[in-house]
Amino acid sequence: MSTAATTSPDTPSTTPSEVALHAALASGERPPRVSAPVACLAFAGRSMRKIRHVPEQLLDVTITPVLFLVMFVYLFGGAVAGSTDDYLQFILPGILVQAVLFTTVYSGVTLNTDMTKGVVDRFRSLPVWGPAPLVGAAVGDLVRYLVAASVTVIVGFALGFEAGGGVLGVLGGIALVMLFAFGLAWVFTTLGLLMRSPSAVMNTGFMALFPLVFLSNIFVDPSTLPSVLESMVDLNPVSHLVTAVRGLLGGTADAGDIGLVLGEAAVLTLVFVPLTTRMYRRA
Amino acid sequence: MPSSPHLAIETTGLVKAFGDTRAVDGVDLQVPTGAVYGVLGPNGAGKTTTIRMLATLLRPDAGTARVLGHDVVDEPDAVRRRISLTGQLASVDEELGGHENLQLLGRLLGYSRRQAAARADELITAFGLTAAASRLVKNYSGGMRRRLDIAASLVVTPDLLFLDEPTTGLDPRSRNEVWAIVRALVSQGTTVLLCTQYLDEADQLASRIAVIDTGRVIAEGTPGELKASVGRSALHVRVLDPERRDEARAILARGLGDSVHPDPDPVGLTAPVADAEEAAEAISALTAAGVPIGGFSLGQPSLDEVFLALTGRPATDETPEEVAA
Ligand SMILES: Nc1ncnc2c1ncn2[C@@H]1O[C@H](COP(=O)(O)OP(=O)(O)OP(=O)(O)O)[C@@H](O)[C@H]1O
Ligand SMILES: [Mg+2]
Repeated sequence: MSTAATTSPDTPSTTPSEVALHAALASGERPPRVSAPVACLAFAGRSMRKIRHVPEQLLDVTITPVLFLVMFVYLFGGAVAGSTDDYLQFILPGILVQAVLFTTVYSGVTLNTDMTKGVVDRFRSLPVWGPAPLVGAAVGDLVRYLVAASVTVIVGFALGFEAGGGVLGVLGGIALVMLFAFGLAWVFTTLGLLMRSPSAVMNTGFMALFPLVFLSNIFVDPSTLPSVLESMVDLNPVSHLVTAVRGLLGGTADAGDIGLVLGEAAVLTLVFVPLTTRMYRRA
Repeated sequence: MPSSPHLAIETTGLVKAFGDTRAVDGVDLQVPTGAVYGVLGPNGAGKTTTIRMLATLLRPDAGTARVLGHDVVDEPDAVRRRISLTGQLASVDEELGGHENLQLLGRLLGYSRRQAAARADELITAFGLTAAASRLVKNYSGGMRRRLDIAASLVVTPDLLFLDEPTTGLDPRSRNEVWAIVRALVSQGTTVLLCTQYLDEADQLASRIAVIDTGRVIAEGTPGELKASVGRSALHVRVLDPERRDEARAILARGLGDSVHPDPDPVGLTAPVADAEEAAEAISALTAAGVPIGGFSLGQPSLDEVFLALTGRPATDETPEEVAA
């Protein structure tokens, strides 16, 4: 602050005036019940406002993908693919997936932190559609995914990535990753309600995510792996997602690949949304 | 079976256990509408657990509870439409501004964006929070946070408001402000269930009080009835020198018996007395013995004494645990 401390920040608030108080109390008529979508949007707005108050919280979402991209392309590119340019073409869709999927763990961490605060009691005592706070937060998290995805793609283009799929392919790839992340995040919100502390959620979440990410086709072509590993990689839903996204970005999209990912996202959502909701209500 | 229309809350045999702890152990309450009903009890008595069951946040293990005529388990949504809760932990979002909190709740309660903003403005002004409207709540002082928390419960004026220890940790001025808000609310027809460990708070605000201890209601009635049940007036004496309080206690005990007990105030002593004469004799015994006193008063027994009479220990005494340790 540039101004001298003439007014203390803790200026005592004015005492509530009797008249204004009575008037305010008299005018609180109850409007009709809010619809479920509006309630979800209101909760999504809550997440947005928090980002606006503390934009730094987007920092790791922004920096991690850049680090990974630069590190992998220039450190391993020559060794793995013969040239950094070829490796960039190969790895960018994978880094896009990885960057967004890592972000989903934070949904669980955020929910776990929320649960220790009294405000959850207020939300749960409101006459709104029960899952609204959770769905709203999940919708708000889409913004984080979008930031992580955009940063990855933009840095990729800056390094010389060529998208054979064009603008539509890139947008489609980002959309598919975000959809899958939306489903996966519910696994971590369930975890967020099971665990006792935010750091436990964080550790368990990443412990679960690391093998999925590294035992996938993000970094290497699975056909170069021993056959046991190769079949594990082929079964991994993250590999399915990477394959579909590679197709979309490269302009060789396969409807079957995309359909498989959409199905897996739907299963995650249908299993874990009711689970999280039930636990949230009983908490 | 419809419950009586003049009861805001009616519970029978309400039970909630956490593992081996029976936090609420068969609570029967009849809370009439249109007044403050005090639930008074020390730490761990089961106040918050009771409120959470009544506000549909926690499922009772046994017993029934009807809130404004609706069963809390069978019709939680009907209950939620008519209540508000200001919990013991700040039930506002610390990472949002004050105005943002109220606006969010306005939206969630069914106002349009514009109406929600207008309602938030109105409450911010009425609760004296104008200067802090856009500041993050985590930077609020305790008193401001409490006021915002209560304002958040009044975005739509509820028929029944749960207040869980609304003045714990507040300075006397902020406490008086909260009391003024509660009184204003009741004068407009809202019923308030007030949990507190402060005996004078219940005495000031509540028209009826339930005293609870270890999950059970151990007494119920108007503040006057509770005091009358102790049956005697109370003599309060303040000695000048805290070192000599024990000496004074011994002298008083000669005339008044073993029930003379020290107050939390290190120079205070309290004893039940039958009448003014007995009190006067006790005071003269003190002065005759040369123990200087700073003052004395004879009054109705405080709720502290009620608690002592009901449980055999003062409400704020931690002694049993200290002895066990
Ligand atoms: N979620 C919980 N898990 C385990 N035990 C609990 C839980 N909530 C409350 N308890 C226990 O139940 C008992 C009653 O707690 P409660 O919070 O209802 O008391 P209280 O009267 O509100 O106390 P205070 O004045 O300290 O707020 C305590 O022994 C407490 O430790
Ligand atoms: Mg409590």
